[in-house]
Amino acid sequence: MRYVIRGARVLGGDPADLLLRDGVVAEMGTRLTAQGAEVVDADGLVALPGLVDLHTHLREPGREDAETVETGSRAAALGGFTAVCAMANTDPVADTAGVVEQVYRLGRDAGLVDVQPVGAVTVGLRGQRLAELAAMASSAARVRVFSDDGRCVADPRLMRRALEYVKSFDGVIAQHAEEPRLTEDAQLHEGEVATRLGLAGWPAVAEEAIIARDVLLAGHVGSRLHVCHVSTAGSMEILRQAKARGVPVTAEVTPHHLLLTDSCASGRSELASPALASGWDSAATAYDPVFKVNPPLRTADDVAALRQAVLDGVIDAIATDHAPHTVEDKECEWAYARPGMLGLQTALPVALQVFGDGAGDMALWQLIAERMSRAPARIAGLAGHGQDPAVGVPATLTLVDPAARWTVEPGELASLSRNTPYAGTELPGRVVATFLRGEPTVRDGKAVR
Amino acid sequence: MNRHLLSAADLDAAGATEVLDTAAELANVTGREVKKLPTLRGRTVVNLFYEDSTRTRISFEAAAKRLSADVINFSAKGSSVAKGESLKDTALTLQAMGADAVVVRHSAAGAPHRLAHWLDGSVLNAGDGTNEHPTQALLDAYTIRSRLGRLSGLTVAVVGDILHSRVAHSNARLLHTLGAKVVLVGPPTLMPVGVGAWPVSFSYDLDAVLPEADVVMMLRVQQERMADSYFPTVREYARHYGLDSRRAARLAEHAIVMAPGPIIRGMEIAPEVADSARSTIVEQVANGVSVRMAVLYLLLGGGRQ
Repeated sequence: MRYVIRGARVLGGDPADLLLRDGVVAEMGTRLTAQGAEVVDADGLVALPGLVDLHTHLREPGREDAETVETGSRAAALGGFTAVCAMANTDPVADTAGVVEQVYRLGRDAGLVDVQPVGAVTVGLRGQRLAELAAMASSAARVRVFSDDGRCVADPRLMRRALEYVKSFDGVIAQHAEEPRLTEDAQLHEGEVATRLGLAGWPAVAEEAIIARDVLLAGHVGSRLHVCHVSTAGSMEILRQAKARGVPVTAEVTPHHLLLTDSCASGRSELASPALASGWDSAATAYDPVFKVNPPLRTADDVAALRQAVLDGVIDAIATDHAPHTVEDKECEWAYARPGMLGLQTALPVALQVFGDGAGDMALWQLIAERMSRAPARIAGLAGHGQDPAVGVPATLTLVDPAARWTVEPGELASLSRNTPYAGTELPGRVVATFLRGEPTVRDGKAVR
Repeated sequence: MNRHLLSAADLDAAGATEVLDTAAELANVTGREVKKLPTLRGRTVVNLFYEDSTRTRISFEAAAKRLSADVINFSAKGSSVAKGESLKDTALTLQAMGADAVVVRHSAAGAPHRLAHWLDGSVLNAGDGTNEHPTQALLDAYTIRSRLGRLSGLTVAVVGDILHSRVAHSNARLLHTLGAKVVLVGPPTLMPVGVGAWPVSFSYDLDAVLPEADVVMMLRVQQERMADSYFPTVREYARHYGLDSRRAARLAEHAIVMAPGPIIRGMEIAPEVADSARSTIVEQVANGVSVRMAVLYLLLGGGRQ
């Protein structure tokens, strides 16, 4: 099938037509026509390279009641993504060639995004001995990113070995930075809000201590390191210095850490009331576990530092950490709830909310393309992704209506789970269409299947 | 009064004073031969206890029964909860039974807030994890007021495991609301991060605080904190933060010594201090029933009948 996308503003530039043929952008220009091509009206829409998520939990195999590869793929496509990296903390854990190939095949069968499995660093995520990393790398899934996400590779000796070992196949270790001894029973960012709520604190230093150690290790052995979901101002300083020294380290931040703070746990969301109340009042809406996430929501100062780091490149990528959980795993006591929130369908709108008014600022779209497509594609080694729409480039792109605003209704999201922190919130930017190698996965804001 | 009592911060000065005044009136009932008022006849109060706490449960039970409420004790052990029923399903069950008030004790901070989200009736927090225990703070305030005649302007030292103590958290809030000056005292490891943002002061030096204190509240320190290196040994803790007779002698003559009990004699408080005239430990228990009667009475709208 051929498509003519008419009048799209590529990365917010002047309107142009794009002819998609044989999986690539065959022509660009004005008033393009092609025999038998279907016309896609993109008047007022911005064309971006298809978004790439470095950090997605698809829950299959093992928790198909929370999400499947298919439902997660659909949510991803609707969010403008064309590739997602599926985290390894499934059941069974993706620590063998067999499991990563299963996830890879499920992704191909769903056919809505490229599902790139992440392999576990250690057997069973237990942090004791290396999984067969090379076997996963040479499998059909061609794994390049390895992570024990959800758990930290805390043993410094094992972390060093992992960083060294993956060099031979250009792999990268994606570290969940959390010193486990400093976060036993931790529930919320250690600070004034956690103290007020009587919840055990998750101190910033537990993240920063591991990042400081790991950038030293990565520098020492000359290996690539990727840091998952950084969340503190202190982490930004460590990364800034490491990058200045030339350490090959990259980092991602989640949309929720760019928008929400620990005050959400006290029932006073800055989304609901921009002017934050202070004081000791407790609200019956406090302790809603939809705001429980790991690493935890931090302070307004941390949010400001993370935003600056996205702008100046200390943070390379925005990654969702899409973490579906069933209702019973979230509608309970805070301490018993599982950490994590949905992210795929709200990532781009939250980024637009945080970094611009969505009115067509060229710098904004360059920033979005870099942090949500090109950089994550480079980090994950996904050759067919992360390229700006241009002649001869894979037609893997998404069309966004920057003027649209929509209200998040959990029940209308494609995910099997409902744990979005943005329920009832109005966000800017709507994905109208997504193309994967020249074929639509989303048309008119609806998944093609 | 609000529909729920989840936190001591739910009460402003007028609301807290109303509870204390009501408790004083109801205390007269306790002194009568027939210790019963018809006020809450036909109303149902559920004691939902996820943690064992015989003292607190029987205090609430006595309070509800003296107001003629029907009392249902629901202990998590051996019930549907032990079989894996969720807090929400338990809430819906209690709702269906027509509970007018649910008194909840739970090891997880915020569990009463979640219940309040799901229930139409009133929720009383009877202690949630390391968060709050508002009726304990009310009975402590009541005890101070009946001993010293006032709360405003008094200096209250709260001593011990401030980090993990729901009693300390509720007392800091309530006593501040009622105009007392609160000084939290304990080793740095047991002082919460961010305590500087609270409208109270704190100190690591008990000896420096004692001469100024009108009230010293000694918190229980759990032995398992020692295993987790919050302090090295019981002996060292007691040496710095225990209220022995030598330290008690440095208190002002009128100063009182309180403990939310159960106390560990010899660790945080010496036996001769616990049994001295300064000690309010036994009164606190009696006052607990009156204060809980007052809270139930006000929450369930007894005042309007």
